[in-house]
Amino acid sequence: MSPIISIRGLTKAYASGQVALRGVDLEIRRGEIFALLGPNGAGKTTLIGIVCGIVNPSSGTVLADGHDIVRDYRAARSRIGLVPQELCVEAFETVQDTVRFSRGLFGKPANPALIERLLRDLTLWDKRASPIKDLSGGMKRRVMIAKALAHEPQILFLDEPTAGVDVELRQDMWALVRALREGGVTVILTTHYIEEAEEMADRIGVIHRGELILVEDKDTLMRQLGTKQLSLQLRQPLEHIPAALRDDPLELSADGQTLTFTFDARAQDTGIAELLRRLHDHGIDFRELRSSESSLEDIFVNLVRARA
Amino acid sequence: MNLYAIRAIYRFEMARTFRTLLQSIASPVISTSLYFVVFGAAIGSRMGQIDGVPYGAFIIPGLIMLSLLNESISNASFAIYMPKWTGTIYELLSAPVNYCEILIGYVGAAATKSVVLGLLILLTARFFVDYRVEHPLVMLFFLVLTAVSFSLFGFIIGIWADNFEKLQIIPLMIVTPLTFLGGSFYSISMLPPVWQTVSLFNPVVYLVNGFRWSFFGTADVDVRVCLVMMLGFLALCIAVVWWVFRTGYRLKT
Repeated sequence: MSPIISIRGLTKAYASGQVALRGVDLEIRRGEIFALLGPNGAGKTTLIGIVCGIVNPSSGTVLADGHDIVRDYRAARSRIGLVPQELCVEAFETVQDTVRFSRGLFGKPANPALIERLLRDLTLWDKRASPIKDLSGGMKRRVMIAKALAHEPQILFLDEPTAGVDVELRQDMWALVRALREGGVTVILTTHYIEEAEEMADRIGVIHRGELILVEDKDTLMRQLGTKQLSLQLRQPLEHIPAALRDDPLELSADGQTLTFTFDARAQDTGIAELLRRLHDHGIDFRELRSSESSLEDIFVNLVRARA
Repeated sequence: MNLYAIRAIYRFEMARTFRTLLQSIASPVISTSLYFVVFGAAIGSRMGQIDGVPYGAFIIPGLIMLSLLNESISNASFAIYMPKWTGTIYELLSAPVNYCEILIGYVGAAATKSVVLGLLILLTARFFVDYRVEHPLVMLFFLVLTAVSFSLFGFIIGIWADNFEKLQIIPLMIVTPLTFLGGSFYSISMLPPVWQTVSLFNPVVYLVNGFRWSFFGTADVDVRVCLVMMLGFLALCIAVVWWVFRTGYRLKT
């Protein structure tokens, strides 16, 4: 199946001289949830801005569902919905009017039934006649989502959807994104909350200083780059690691109670069996053993640090 | 043509007018009425006729132009400046609309308001002075042409402005003085010759005189010259808007 978004050699240098994107190539698959991860100022918002038509690219091409975003902008844009990072809404308009406006702006005839369903799904129906200024921050965010979905886009961009949003709303947002995917919508979200990407995404792209430094299936990424750790709670605290074990990737906690062994989850032989035997030989006994996988956050920090 | 988009923008803008009905319609009507009371009834009764027209009636075209210019500019400039200021412009920029459609929506709405306002002022004037309109169709044509041209001009100001001061400065510092000096309240033939010549560089002179001709059949400047000047201004505004959209000036980075 052809990709729903295809980005080739995209660069962007702002008039100020700031280079936001340095040759990005990216393909987004139909129906996936793609998380674009990166620190602040990495170029996430610029990338989205270009695809949506808000920012002019310096060079490169973008196809949305096969349509060039510059030459064939009408076809491209009518397939895309955007929820920007900032909360920007018309304060005095009512919820219903602003969502209707969005649908019209994107060239679709009025469809009250669709708008009603959308507002009900986003629990905004009761507030449909309220001016937007009277809504809470979380509701305003949902209004922006309703606006972005009003023209039934195939592609939805969510720029930092859960920045500054409380836990409950964040859960709702995640549920909503999954429901959209069920309905066949491709969702591209940017975030700097790693847990969000970890929780939601099918694939993850990491952008850093305007370059896409990694694009990978989330699970593969976690498996490939994931190191595991084995923690041993000792029966007798140790003062130091025995000399014979110094060369092993072992760390002793400050209180001498916990010994941590780091190993590569990908390796054929993780070295755990060998370690345990040697510990036994040295008379080191343990009460409890626990293994943990490194989070996406660790992976991310490592990647960015390796580039720095 | 994305007709749904044009309609959406137009309706949105008209809804904004109805939300602020007092400010949009009532206040210009009231302030114009005050002009009629002061210049038309109080002072005008002591003034002689100009070109055979009683002074109270003479100032009607100028007064309408005064409001028309100000309202067209402020309506259209606010319409496009506010989305830029609040950030909601992202939606317009990401929508499948071309520049022509955006313009028709915004400028169409601003011009509609101005024309309605101009006609309201004309009706209001009936309560104060007696007047006749010799060429009603020409009058309507000039009204619409001016409303559209200056709404376009306002649209350009709204795009150019990046703060509220800039939004106000051109109407306040340029348009209002030019209107007052453009023969709204007098005939430029009453001026010393030097100032008559200077006045011919004031574009508002042509607006007021063209409009006045449609009322009374007489004016300081030939009505055809007025028409050419007005169309020229319209063409200039269209050219600037075309450039703005082509380059994304102050809209896209």
